[in-house]
Amino acid sequence: MGMRLYAIVIYLFLYLPIGIIVLFSFNAGRHASDFHGFSVKWYGKVLSNPFAMDALTTSVTVAFITALLASVFGTMAALGLQQFKGRFRALFDAAIYIAIMIPGIVIGIATLIALVTAFGYLNPALAAAWPEWLGDAPRLKMGRVSLIAAHTMFTMALVIVIVRARLAGMDRTLIEASADLYATPMGTFWQVTLPQIFPAVLAGFLLSFTFSFDDFIIAFFVAGSETTLPIYVFSSIRRGVTPEINAIGTMVLAVSLSLLIVAQVMLRRRDRPAA
Amino acid sequence: MQAKSSWTHRLLLLPAALWLLVMLVLPLLVVFVFSFGERAPAGGYIPAFSFDNYLNLPARLTAFKNTLILAPLGTLAALLIAYPLAYYLAIKASAKIRTTLLVMIIVPFWTSILIRTYAWIYILGGRGIPQLLEWIGIEGVRLINTPTAVLIGIIYGYLPLMVFPIYVSLEKFDKRLLEASEDLGAPPLKTFRDVTLPLSIPGIATGCMLVFILLMGEFLIPALLGGGKVFFVGNALVDLFLQSRNWTYGSAVAAALVIIMLVTVSIYMKLIMRGAGHREDVSLV
Repeated sequence: MGMRLYAIVIYLFLYLPIGIIVLFSFNAGRHASDFHGFSVKWYGKVLSNPFAMDALTTSVTVAFITALLASVFGTMAALGLQQFKGRFRALFDAAIYIAIMIPGIVIGIATLIALVTAFGYLNPALAAAWPEWLGDAPRLKMGRVSLIAAHTMFTMALVIVIVRARLAGMDRTLIEASADLYATPMGTFWQVTLPQIFPAVLAGFLLSFTFSFDDFIIAFFVAGSETTLPIYVFSSIRRGVTPEINAIGTMVLAVSLSLLIVAQVMLRRRDRPAA
Repeated sequence: MQAKSSWTHRLLLLPAALWLLVMLVLPLLVVFVFSFGERAPAGGYIPAFSFDNYLNLPARLTAFKNTLILAPLGTLAALLIAYPLAYYLAIKASAKIRTTLLVMIIVPFWTSILIRTYAWIYILGGRGIPQLLEWIGIEGVRLINTPTAVLIGIIYGYLPLMVFPIYVSLEKFDKRLLEASEDLGAPPLKTFRDVTLPLSIPGIATGCMLVFILLMGEFLIPALLGGGKVFFVGNALVDLFLQSRNWTYGSAVAAALVIIMLVTVSIYMKLIMRGAGHREDVSLV
Protein backbone atom coordinates (compact mmCIF):
# COMPACT_ATOMS: atom_id res chain seq x y z
CA MET A 1 0.00 0.00 0.00
CA GLY A 2 2.79 2.36 0.99
CA MET A 3 4.52 1.65 -2.29
CA ARG A 4 1.45 2.52 -4.30
CA LEU A 5 1.11 5.82 -2.48
CA TYR A 6 4.78 6.51 -3.22
CA ALA A 7 4.22 5.79 -6.92
CA ILE A 8 1.24 8.16 -7.00
CA VAL A 9 3.34 10.94 -5.45
CA ILE A 10 6.10 10.44 -8.03
CA TYR A 11 3.64 10.47 -10.94
CA LEU A 12 2.18 13.70 -9.56
CA PHE A 13 5.71 15.12 -9.39
CA LEU A 14 6.29 14.12 -13.03
CA TYR A 15 3.01 15.44 -14.40
CA LEU A 16 2.20 18.41 -12.14
CA PRO A 17 4.51 20.85 -14.01
CA ILE A 18 2.96 19.78 -17.33
CA GLY A 19 -0.52 20.26 -15.84
CA ILE A 20 0.40 23.74 -14.60
CA ILE A 21 1.52 24.86 -18.06
CA VAL A 22 -1.66 23.54 -19.67
CA LEU A 23 -3.84 25.14 -16.97
CA PHE A 24 -2.16 28.55 -17.19
CA SER A 25 -2.31 28.55 -20.99
CA PHE A 26 -6.09 28.83 -20.61
CA ASN A 27 -5.84 31.58 -17.99
CA ALA A 28 -7.68 34.78 -18.92
CA GLY A 29 -5.46 36.86 -16.62
CA ARG A 30 -2.15 38.35 -17.56
CA HIS A 31 -0.39 37.03 -14.47
CA ALA A 32 0.04 33.34 -14.38
CA SER A 33 -0.24 33.06 -10.63
CA ASP A 34 -3.78 34.49 -10.37
CA PHE A 35 -6.37 32.50 -12.22
CA HIS A 36 -8.99 34.73 -13.85
CA GLY A 37 -11.21 32.25 -15.64
CA PHE A 38 -11.02 30.21 -18.82
CA SER A 39 -9.88 31.78 -22.10
CA VAL A 40 -8.18 30.75 -25.31
CA LYS A 41 -6.94 34.26 -26.08
CA TRP A 42 -3.25 33.36 -25.61
CA TYR A 43 -3.59 30.74 -28.33
CA GLY A 44 -5.01 33.42 -30.61
CA LYS A 45 -2.09 35.70 -29.71
CA VAL A 46 0.46 32.99 -30.54
CA LEU A 47 -1.20 31.99 -33.80
CA SER A 48 -1.21 35.61 -34.98
CA ASN A 49 2.37 36.28 -33.83
CA PRO A 50 4.53 36.19 -37.01
CA PHE A 51 7.76 35.51 -35.08
CA ALA A 52 6.32 32.48 -33.28
CA MET A 53 4.78 31.19 -36.52
CA ASP A 54 8.07 31.61 -38.41
CA ALA A 55 9.86 29.69 -35.67
CA LEU A 56 7.21 26.97 -35.81
CA THR A 57 7.57 26.63 -39.61
CA THR A 58 11.36 26.38 -39.28
CA SER A 59 11.09 23.76 -36.53
CA VAL A 60 8.58 21.60 -38.39
CA THR A 61 10.55 21.79 -41.67
CA VAL A 62 13.86 20.94 -39.98
CA ALA A 63 12.32 18.13 -37.91
CA PHE A 64 10.55 16.56 -40.91
CA ILE A 65 13.62 16.56 -43.19
CA THR A 66 15.80 15.34 -40.31
CA ALA A 67 13.43 12.47 -39.53
CA LEU A 68 13.21 11.48 -43.18
CA LEU A 69 17.00 11.49 -43.74
CA ALA A 70 17.72 9.79 -40.40
CA SER A 71 15.22 6.98 -40.89
CA VAL A 72 16.22 6.26 -44.50
CA PHE A 73 20.01 6.40 -43.99
CA GLY A 74 19.82 4.85 -40.51
CA THR A 75 17.78 1.88 -41.74
CA MET A 76 20.12 1.44 -44.73
CA ALA A 77 23.11 1.41 -42.38
CA ALA A 78 21.49 -1.04 -39.96
CA LEU A 79 20.84 -3.40 -42.90
CA GLY A 80 24.34 -2.94 -44.27
CA LEU A 81 26.02 -3.50 -40.91
CA GLN A 82 24.62 -7.04 -40.71
CA GLN A 83 27.27 -8.15 -43.20
CA PHE A 84 30.24 -6.54 -41.48
CA LYS A 85 32.41 -7.92 -38.70
CA GLY A 86 35.87 -7.15 -37.40
CA ARG A 87 37.67 -3.84 -37.30
CA PHE A 88 35.38 -1.83 -39.59
CA ARG A 89 32.33 -2.89 -37.61
CA ALA A 90 34.04 -1.98 -34.31
CA LEU A 91 34.94 1.46 -35.70
CA PHE A 92 31.40 2.09 -36.88
CA ASP A 93 29.93 0.97 -33.55
CA ALA A 94 32.33 3.28 -31.72
CA ALA A 95 31.15 6.24 -33.85
CA ILE A 96 27.49 5.45 -33.10
CA TYR A 97 28.29 5.12 -29.41
CA ILE A 98 30.12 8.47 -29.36
CA ALA A 99 27.28 10.16 -31.26
CA ILE A 100 24.75 9.05 -28.66
CA MET A 101 26.85 9.54 -25.53
CA ILE A 102 28.62 12.84 -26.18
CA PRO A 103 26.78 15.82 -24.65
CA GLY A 104 24.60 17.74 -27.11
CA ILE A 105 26.41 20.93 -26.18
CA VAL A 106 29.74 19.49 -27.37
CA ILE A 107 28.13 18.38 -30.66
CA GLY A 108 26.77 21.92 -31.06
CA ILE A 109 30.14 23.57 -30.41
CA ALA A 110 32.08 21.15 -32.60
CA THR A 111 29.67 21.56 -35.52
CA LEU A 112 29.70 25.35 -35.17
CA ILE A 113 33.47 25.84 -35.25
CA ALA A 114 34.11 23.09 -37.82
CA LEU A 115 31.54 24.42 -40.29
CA VAL A 116 32.38 28.11 -39.80
CA THR A 117 36.07 27.28 -40.35
CA ALA A 118 35.29 25.16 -43.42
CA PHE A 119 33.04 27.90 -44.85
CA GLY A 120 35.87 30.38 -44.29
CA TYR A 121 37.98 28.39 -46.77
CA LEU A 122 35.18 27.34 -49.11
CA ASN A 123 33.51 30.72 -49.68
CA PRO A 124 36.52 32.48 -51.31
CA ALA A 125 37.21 29.36 -53.39
CA LEU A 126 33.59 29.22 -54.47
CA ALA A 127 33.56 32.93 -55.35
CA ALA A 128 36.73 32.50 -57.44
CA ALA A 129 35.44 29.43 -59.29
CA TRP A 130 31.92 30.78 -59.86
CA PRO A 131 31.26 31.61 -63.53
CA GLU A 132 30.55 35.33 -63.95
CA TRP A 133 27.46 34.95 -66.13
CA LEU A 134 25.69 33.21 -63.22
CA GLY A 135 25.83 36.39 -61.11
CA ASP A 136 27.10 36.49 -57.52
CA ALA A 137 28.39 33.29 -55.96
CA PRO A 138 26.24 31.88 -53.15
CA ARG A 139 27.71 32.22 -49.67
CA LEU A 140 27.69 29.17 -47.42
CA LYS A 141 26.53 30.05 -43.91
CA MET A 142 25.04 28.49 -40.78
CA GLY A 143 21.29 28.00 -41.04
CA ARG A 144 18.64 25.40 -41.71
CA VAL A 145 20.92 23.12 -43.73
CA SER A 146 23.63 22.97 -41.06
CA LEU A 147 20.96 22.39 -38.41
CA ILE A 148 19.42 19.52 -40.38
CA ALA A 149 22.87 18.03 -40.93
CA ALA A 150 23.66 18.12 -37.18
CA HIS A 151 20.28 16.77 -36.08
CA THR A 152 20.45 14.01 -38.70
CA MET A 153 23.86 12.90 -37.42
CA PHE A 154 22.53 12.28 -33.91
CA THR A 155 19.10 10.86 -34.81
CA MET A 156 20.57 8.59 -37.49
CA ALA A 157 22.68 6.92 -34.80
CA LEU A 158 19.49 6.46 -32.79
CA VAL A 159 17.64 4.89 -35.74
CA ILE A 160 20.55 2.49 -36.36
CA VAL A 161 20.36 1.28 -32.74
CA ILE A 162 16.56 0.84 -32.83
CA VAL A 163 16.38 -0.89 -36.23
CA ARG A 164 19.34 -3.14 -35.40
CA ALA A 165 17.58 -4.33 -32.24
CA ARG A 166 14.58 -5.24 -34.36
CA LEU A 167 16.72 -6.99 -36.99
CA ALA A 168 18.41 -9.03 -34.25
CA GLY A 169 15.04 -10.28 -33.04
CA MET A 170 13.88 -11.08 -36.55
CA ASP A 171 13.19 -14.58 -37.85
CA ARG A 172 16.05 -15.33 -40.29
CA THR A 173 14.38 -18.47 -41.61
CA LEU A 174 11.83 -16.33 -43.49
CA ILE A 175 14.62 -14.67 -45.48
CA GLU A 176 16.20 -18.03 -46.25
CA ALA A 177 12.81 -19.43 -47.26
CA SER A 178 12.26 -16.46 -49.55
CA ALA A 179 15.66 -16.98 -51.19
CA ASP A 180 14.97 -20.72 -51.56
CA LEU A 181 11.75 -19.88 -53.36
CA TYR A 182 13.79 -17.85 -55.90
CA ALA A 183 12.77 -14.38 -54.76
CA THR A 184 15.26 -11.72 -55.87
CA PRO A 185 17.16 -9.97 -53.02
CA MET A 186 15.09 -6.84 -53.74
CA GLY A 187 11.89 -8.86 -53.68
CA THR A 188 12.86 -10.41 -50.36
CA PHE A 189 13.63 -6.97 -48.95
CA TRP A 190 10.29 -5.41 -49.94
CA GLN A 191 8.10 -8.40 -49.11
CA VAL A 192 9.82 -10.00 -46.11
CA THR A 193 12.40 -7.77 -44.38
CA LEU A 194 10.74 -4.37 -44.65
CA PRO A 195 7.31 -5.39 -43.29
CA GLN A 196 9.07 -6.94 -40.29
CA ILE A 197 11.29 -3.96 -39.46
CA PHE A 198 8.72 -1.32 -40.42
CA PRO A 199 7.40 -0.66 -36.86
CA ALA A 200 10.98 0.03 -35.73
CA VAL A 201 11.64 2.33 -38.72
CA LEU A 202 8.45 4.27 -38.03
CA ALA A 203 9.29 4.52 -34.32
CA GLY A 204 12.74 5.77 -35.31
CA PHE A 205 11.17 8.38 -37.61
CA LEU A 206 8.86 9.63 -34.86
CA LEU A 207 11.60 9.74 -32.22
CA SER A 208 13.87 11.62 -34.65
CA PHE A 209 11.12 14.12 -35.39
CA THR A 210 10.44 14.67 -31.69
CA PHE A 211 14.13 15.01 -30.86
CA SER A 212 14.73 17.56 -33.61
CA PHE A 213 11.53 19.45 -32.82
CA ASP A 214 12.38 19.69 -29.10
CA ASP A 215 16.14 20.22 -29.33
CA PHE A 216 17.39 23.49 -28.00
CA ILE A 217 21.09 23.17 -27.29
CA ILE A 218 22.40 21.97 -30.68
CA ALA A 219 20.16 24.45 -32.52
CA PHE A 220 21.36 27.28 -30.25
CA PHE A 221 24.87 26.86 -31.70
CA VAL A 222 24.19 25.61 -35.20
CA ALA A 223 21.06 27.42 -36.44
CA GLY A 224 22.87 30.66 -37.37
CA SER A 225 20.33 33.46 -37.77
CA GLU A 226 17.40 31.03 -38.00
CA THR A 227 15.04 30.79 -35.01
CA THR A 228 13.51 27.44 -34.09
CA LEU A 229 10.57 27.17 -31.70
CA PRO A 230 12.71 26.13 -28.68
CA ILE A 231 15.09 29.04 -29.37
CA TYR A 232 12.09 31.40 -29.57
CA VAL A 233 10.70 30.04 -26.29
CA PHE A 234 14.08 30.30 -24.56
CA SER A 235 14.59 33.92 -25.56
CA SER A 236 10.99 34.74 -24.59
CA ILE A 237 11.61 33.29 -21.13
CA ARG A 238 14.75 35.43 -20.88
CA ARG A 239 12.59 38.51 -21.54
CA GLY A 240 10.10 37.49 -18.86
CA VAL A 241 7.57 34.77 -18.34
CA THR A 242 4.31 35.38 -20.27
CA PRO A 243 1.10 33.35 -20.74
CA GLU A 244 1.94 33.16 -24.43
CA ILE A 245 4.80 30.76 -23.64
CA ASN A 246 2.30 28.51 -21.83
CA ALA A 247 0.16 28.31 -24.97
CA ILE A 248 3.21 27.43 -27.12
CA GLY A 249 4.34 24.94 -24.48
CA THR A 250 0.94 23.24 -24.41
CA MET A 251 0.90 22.91 -28.19
CA VAL A 252 4.48 21.60 -28.31
CA LEU A 253 3.71 19.07 -25.55
CA ALA A 254 0.54 17.96 -27.35
CA VAL A 255 2.47 17.35 -30.58
CA SER A 256 5.34 15.46 -28.95
CA LEU A 257 3.08 13.47 -26.63
CA SER A 258 0.93 12.16 -29.47
CA LEU A 259 3.95 11.29 -31.66
CA LEU A 260 5.63 9.55 -28.72
CA ILE A 261 2.64 7.45 -27.82
CA VAL A 262 2.47 6.21 -31.43
CA ALA A 263 6.24 5.51 -31.32
CA GLN A 264 5.88 3.59 -28.06
CA VAL A 265 3.05 1.48 -29.43
CA MET A 266 5.20 0.71 -32.51
CA LEU A 267 8.24 -0.25 -30.41
CA ARG A 268 6.13 -2.42 -28.10
CA ARG A 269 5.13 -4.59 -31.02
CA ARG A 270 8.69 -5.87 -30.92
CA ASP A 271 7.87 -7.74 -27.72
CA ARG A 272 5.16 -9.79 -29.34
CA PRO A 273 5.87 -12.44 -31.95
CA ALA A 274 5.27 -11.16 -35.47
CA ALA A 275 2.03 -12.47 -36.92
CA MET B 1 26.57 -13.48 -55.35
CA GLN B 2 28.83 -13.00 -52.31
CA ALA B 3 30.87 -10.21 -53.88
CA LYS B 4 27.78 -8.46 -55.22
CA SER B 5 25.97 -8.56 -51.90
CA SER B 6 29.06 -7.20 -50.15
CA TRP B 7 29.05 -4.23 -52.57
CA THR B 8 25.37 -3.62 -51.89
CA HIS B 9 26.06 -3.58 -48.18
CA ARG B 10 28.92 -1.14 -48.60
CA LEU B 11 26.65 1.16 -50.57
CA LEU B 12 24.00 0.88 -47.87
CA LEU B 13 26.52 2.00 -45.26
CA LEU B 14 28.02 4.82 -47.32
CA PRO B 15 25.65 7.73 -46.46
CA ALA B 16 25.72 7.00 -42.71
CA ALA B 17 29.49 6.54 -42.70
CA LEU B 18 30.09 9.81 -44.57
CA TRP B 19 27.63 11.64 -42.33
CA LEU B 20 29.29 10.42 -39.13
CA LEU B 21 32.71 11.31 -40.54
CA VAL B 22 31.84 14.85 -41.66
CA MET B 23 29.41 15.82 -38.88
CA LEU B 24 30.91 13.99 -35.89
CA VAL B 25 34.49 12.76 -36.22
CA LEU B 26 35.96 15.76 -38.08
CA PRO B 27 34.21 18.40 -35.91
CA LEU B 28 35.44 16.68 -32.72
CA LEU B 29 38.96 16.67 -34.18
CA VAL B 30 38.62 20.40 -34.93
CA VAL B 31 37.73 21.05 -31.26
CA PHE B 32 40.80 19.07 -30.22
CA VAL B 33 43.09 20.97 -32.61
CA PHE B 34 41.62 24.37 -31.69
CA SER B 35 42.16 23.69 -27.99
CA PHE B 36 45.94 23.97 -28.60
CA GLY B 37 45.62 27.08 -30.79
CA GLU B 38 45.71 30.81 -30.17
CA ARG B 39 42.76 33.16 -30.16
CA ALA B 40 42.55 35.49 -33.20
CA PRO B 41 41.66 39.13 -32.45
CA ALA B 42 38.12 38.68 -33.84
CA GLY B 43 37.62 35.48 -31.90
CA GLY B 44 38.69 32.91 -34.50
CA TYR B 45 41.64 30.56 -34.59
CA ILE B 46 45.36 31.07 -35.20
CA PRO B 47 47.32 27.84 -35.67
CA ALA B 48 49.69 27.24 -32.79
CA PHE B 49 50.71 24.52 -30.42
CA SER B 50 50.56 25.58 -26.81
CA PHE B 51 49.04 24.35 -23.59
CA ASP B 52 48.06 27.89 -22.52
CA ASN B 53 44.34 27.24 -22.93
CA TYR B 54 44.56 24.21 -20.70
CA LEU B 55 46.72 26.04 -18.15
CA ASN B 56 44.04 28.74 -18.02
CA LEU B 57 41.28 26.27 -17.13
CA PRO B 58 41.30 27.33 -13.43
CA ALA B 59 39.74 30.63 -14.60
CA ARG B 60 36.50 28.67 -15.00
CA LEU B 61 37.01 26.60 -11.85
CA THR B 62 33.61 27.53 -10.35
CA ALA B 63 31.77 26.07 -13.34
CA PHE B 64 33.74 22.82 -13.08
CA LYS B 65 33.25 22.72 -9.31
CA ASN B 66 29.48 23.26 -9.56
CA THR B 67 29.19 20.58 -12.25
CA LEU B 68 31.32 18.08 -10.36
CA ILE B 69 29.33 18.63 -7.14
CA LEU B 70 25.80 18.88 -8.50
CA ALA B 71 26.07 16.16 -11.20
CA PRO B 72 26.96 13.33 -8.75
CA LEU B 73 24.57 14.73 -6.14
CA GLY B 74 21.73 14.90 -8.68
CA THR B 75 22.55 11.37 -9.87
CA LEU B 76 22.44 10.04 -6.30
CA ALA B 77 19.18 11.86 -5.50
CA ALA B 78 17.58 10.59 -8.71
CA LEU B 79 18.71 7.03 -7.84
CA LEU B 80 17.24 7.17 -4.32
CA ILE B 81 13.91 8.46 -5.62
CA ALA B 82 13.79 6.23 -8.72
CA TYR B 83 14.61 2.90 -7.06
CA PRO B 84 11.40 2.43 -5.03
CA LEU B 85 9.35 3.41 -8.09
CA ALA B 86 11.18 0.95 -10.35
CA TYR B 87 10.72 -1.70 -7.64
CA TYR B 88 7.01 -0.98 -7.47
CA LEU B 89 6.64 -1.15 -11.27
CA ALA B 90 8.62 -4.38 -11.66
CA ILE B 91 7.44 -6.36 -8.66
CA LYS B 92 4.32 -4.89 -7.06
CA ALA B 93 2.27 -3.33 -9.89
CA SER B 94 -0.32 -5.53 -11.58
CA ALA B 95 0.50 -6.63 -15.12
CA LYS B 96 -2.62 -4.90 -16.42
CA ILE B 97 -1.55 -1.33 -15.64
CA ARG B 98 2.21 -1.89 -15.87
CA THR B 99 2.57 -1.04 -19.57
CA THR B 100 0.58 2.18 -19.19
CA LEU B 101 2.61 3.21 -16.14
CA LEU B 102 5.86 2.51 -18.01
CA VAL B 103 4.84 4.55 -21.05
CA MET B 104 3.90 7.35 -18.64
CA ILE B 105 7.48 7.28 -17.31
CA ILE B 106 9.20 7.28 -20.71
CA VAL B 107 7.04 9.87 -22.42
CA PRO B 108 8.04 12.95 -20.34
CA PHE B 109 11.69 12.16 -20.94
CA TRP B 110 11.23 12.59 -24.68
CA THR B 111 9.21 15.80 -24.48
CA SER B 112 10.83 19.20 -24.46
CA ILE B 113 13.01 19.50 -21.36
CA LEU B 114 12.95 23.27 -22.00
CA ILE B 115 9.20 23.54 -21.50
CA ARG B 116 9.07 21.11 -18.60
CA THR B 117 11.86 22.95 -16.79
CA TYR B 118 10.20 26.27 -17.52
CA ALA B 119 7.18 25.13 -15.48
CA TRP B 120 9.42 24.97 -12.41
CA ILE B 121 10.08 28.72 -12.68
CA TYR B 122 6.44 29.15 -11.60
CA ILE B 123 6.46 26.43 -8.98
CA LEU B 124 9.68 27.52 -7.28
CA GLY B 125 9.25 31.24 -7.94
CA GLY B 126 8.00 33.82 -5.45
CA ARG B 127 4.32 33.04 -6.01
CA GLY B 128 4.72 29.27 -5.99
CA ILE B 129 5.96 27.10 -3.13
CA PRO B 130 7.40 30.02 -1.08
CA GLN B 131 3.92 31.62 -1.00
CA LEU B 132 2.33 28.35 0.09
CA LEU B 133 4.91 28.10 2.84
CA GLU B 134 4.09 31.64 3.97
CA TRP B 135 0.46 30.65 4.46
CA ILE B 136 1.48 27.97 6.94
CA GLY B 137 3.80 30.39 8.68
CA ILE B 138 7.21 29.64 7.20
CA GLU B 139 8.53 32.91 5.82
CA GLY B 140 11.50 34.05 3.82
CA VAL B 141 12.11 30.84 1.87
CA ARG B 142 13.85 31.46 -1.45
CA LEU B 143 14.03 28.61 -3.90
CA ILE B 144 14.43 29.93 -7.43
CA ASN B 145 18.02 30.73 -8.46
CA THR B 146 19.50 28.52 -5.73
CA PRO B 147 21.40 25.22 -5.94
CA THR B 148 18.30 23.54 -4.45
CA ALA B 149 16.20 24.72 -7.41
CA VAL B 150 18.78 23.35 -9.85
CA LEU B 151 18.85 20.05 -7.96
CA ILE B 152 15.04 19.77 -8.07
CA GLY B 153 15.11 20.50 -11.81
CA ILE B 154 17.77 17.83 -12.31
CA ILE B 155 15.82 15.17 -10.38
CA TYR B 156 12.67 16.07 -12.29
CA GLY B 157 14.32 16.00 -15.71
CA TYR B 158 16.38 12.85 -15.26
CA LEU B 159 14.16 10.64 -13.10
CA PRO B 160 12.71 8.71 -16.09
CA LEU B 161 16.18 7.88 -17.35
CA MET B 162 17.03 6.38 -13.95
CA VAL B 163 13.77 4.46 -13.45
CA PHE B 164 13.91 2.61 -16.74
CA PRO B 165 17.20 0.66 -16.54
CA ILE B 166 16.52 -0.28 -12.89
CA TYR B 167 13.06 -1.47 -13.87
CA VAL B 168 14.52 -3.60 -16.67
CA SER B 169 17.02 -5.30 -14.34
CA LEU B 170 14.40 -5.92 -11.63
CA GLU B 171 11.84 -7.19 -14.11
CA LYS B 172 14.28 -9.68 -15.62
CA PHE B 173 15.09 -11.67 -12.52
CA ASP B 174 13.23 -14.72 -11.40
CA LYS B 175 10.65 -13.65 -8.82
CA ARG B 176 10.61 -17.15 -7.35
CA LEU B 177 13.90 -16.15 -5.70
CA LEU B 178 11.93 -13.69 -3.55
CA GLU B 179 9.41 -16.37 -2.59
CA ALA B 180 12.21 -18.81 -1.81
CA SER B 181 13.92 -16.29 0.44
CA GLU B 182 10.63 -15.58 2.20
CA ASP B 183 9.80 -19.27 2.60
CA LEU B 184 13.17 -19.86 4.18
CA GLY B 185 12.23 -17.33 6.83
CA ALA B 186 14.32 -14.31 5.78
CA PRO B 187 12.86 -10.97 6.95
CA PRO B 188 11.86 -8.65 4.05
CA LEU B 189 14.78 -6.30 4.63
CA LYS B 190 17.27 -9.14 4.49
CA THR B 191 15.66 -10.47 1.29
CA PHE B 192 16.02 -7.03 -0.23
CA ARG B 193 19.65 -6.63 0.85
CA ASP B 194 20.81 -10.13 -0.09
CA VAL B 195 18.67 -10.93 -3.14
CA THR B 196 16.97 -7.95 -4.80
CA LEU B 197 19.66 -5.28 -4.46
CA PRO B 198 22.60 -7.34 -5.80
CA LEU B 199 20.54 -8.50 -8.76
CA SER B 200 19.57 -4.94 -9.68
CA ILE B 201 23.13 -3.58 -9.66
CA PRO B 202 23.49 -3.66 -13.48
CA GLY B 203 20.38 -1.47 -13.78
CA ILE B 204 21.61 0.92 -11.10
CA ALA B 205 24.99 1.14 -12.85
CA THR B 206 23.44 1.87 -16.25
CA GLY B 207 20.99 4.42 -14.86
CA CYS B 208 23.65 6.28 -12.87
CA MET B 209 26.02 6.35 -15.83
CA LEU B 210 23.41 7.68 -18.28
CA VAL B 211 22.20 10.38 -15.89
CA PHE B 212 25.70 11.40 -14.87
CA ILE B 213 26.94 11.69 -18.46
CA LEU B 214 23.99 13.79 -19.58
CA LEU B 215 24.24 15.97 -16.47
CA MET B 216 27.88 16.80 -17.16
CA GLY B 217 26.80 18.62 -20.33
CA GLU B 218 23.68 20.22 -18.85
CA PHE B 219 22.95 23.84 -19.77
CA LEU B 220 19.19 24.49 -19.67
CA ILE B 221 18.38 23.55 -16.07
CA PRO B 222 21.04 25.80 -14.47
CA ALA B 223 20.28 28.54 -17.03
CA LEU B 224 16.56 28.59 -16.17
CA LEU B 225 16.52 27.66 -12.47
CA GLY B 226 19.97 28.83 -11.38
CA GLY B 227 19.49 32.37 -12.69
CA GLY B 228 23.14 32.93 -13.53
CA LYS B 229 24.18 32.21 -9.94
CA VAL B 230 24.44 28.44 -10.21
CA PHE B 231 26.18 27.66 -13.49
CA PHE B 232 27.60 24.51 -15.03
CA VAL B 233 30.40 23.96 -17.55
CA GLY B 234 27.64 23.99 -20.19
CA ASN B 235 26.78 27.57 -19.26
CA ALA B 236 30.44 28.56 -19.42
CA LEU B 237 30.65 27.01 -22.90
CA VAL B 238 27.64 28.98 -24.16
CA ASP B 239 29.27 32.14 -22.83
CA LEU B 240 32.66 31.34 -24.41
CA PHE B 241 31.31 30.43 -27.84
CA LEU B 242 28.35 32.73 -28.29
CA GLN B 243 29.15 35.81 -26.17
CA SER B 244 32.88 36.28 -25.61
CA ARG B 245 33.73 34.32 -28.78
CA ASN B 246 36.85 32.73 -27.39
CA TRP B 247 36.86 29.56 -29.49
CA THR B 248 40.30 28.25 -28.63
CA TYR B 249 39.85 28.55 -24.86
CA GLY B 250 36.27 27.26 -25.21
CA SER B 251 37.59 24.23 -27.10
CA ALA B 252 39.95 23.48 -24.22
CA VAL B 253 37.05 23.72 -21.75
CA ALA B 254 34.95 21.37 -23.94
CA ALA B 255 37.85 18.93 -24.31
CA ALA B 256 38.44 18.98 -20.55
CA LEU B 257 34.75 18.27 -19.96
CA VAL B 258 34.79 15.26 -22.29
CA ILE B 259 38.05 13.97 -20.77
CA ILE B 260 36.72 14.28 -17.20
CA MET B 261 33.57 12.50 -18.34
CA LEU B 262 35.45 9.63 -19.98
CA VAL B 263 37.81 9.18 -17.03
CA THR B 264 35.02 9.20 -14.41
CA VAL B 265 32.90 6.81 -16.43
CA SER B 266 35.71 4.34 -17.06
CA ILE B 267 36.79 4.31 -13.39
CA TYR B 268 33.18 3.92 -12.40
CA MET B 269 32.57 1.07 -14.85
CA LYS B 270 35.66 -0.74 -13.54
CA LEU B 271 34.42 -0.44 -9.97
CA ILE B 272 30.96 -1.67 -10.93
CA MET B 273 32.32 -4.59 -12.94
CA ARG B 274 34.47 -5.66 -10.01
CA GLY B 275 31.67 -5.15 -7.49
CA ALA B 276 29.17 -7.14 -9.50
CA GLY B 277 31.54 -10.05 -10.13
CA HIS B 278 32.27 -9.28 -13.78
CA ARG B 279 28.71 -9.07 -14.93
CA GLU B 280 28.46 -7.94 -18.51
CA ASP B 281 24.73 -7.48 -18.95
CA VAL B 282 24.86 -3.70 -18.61
CA SER B 283 22.77 -2.55 -21.52
CA LEU B 284 22.11 0.94 -22.80
CA VAL B 285 18.76 0.76 -24.55
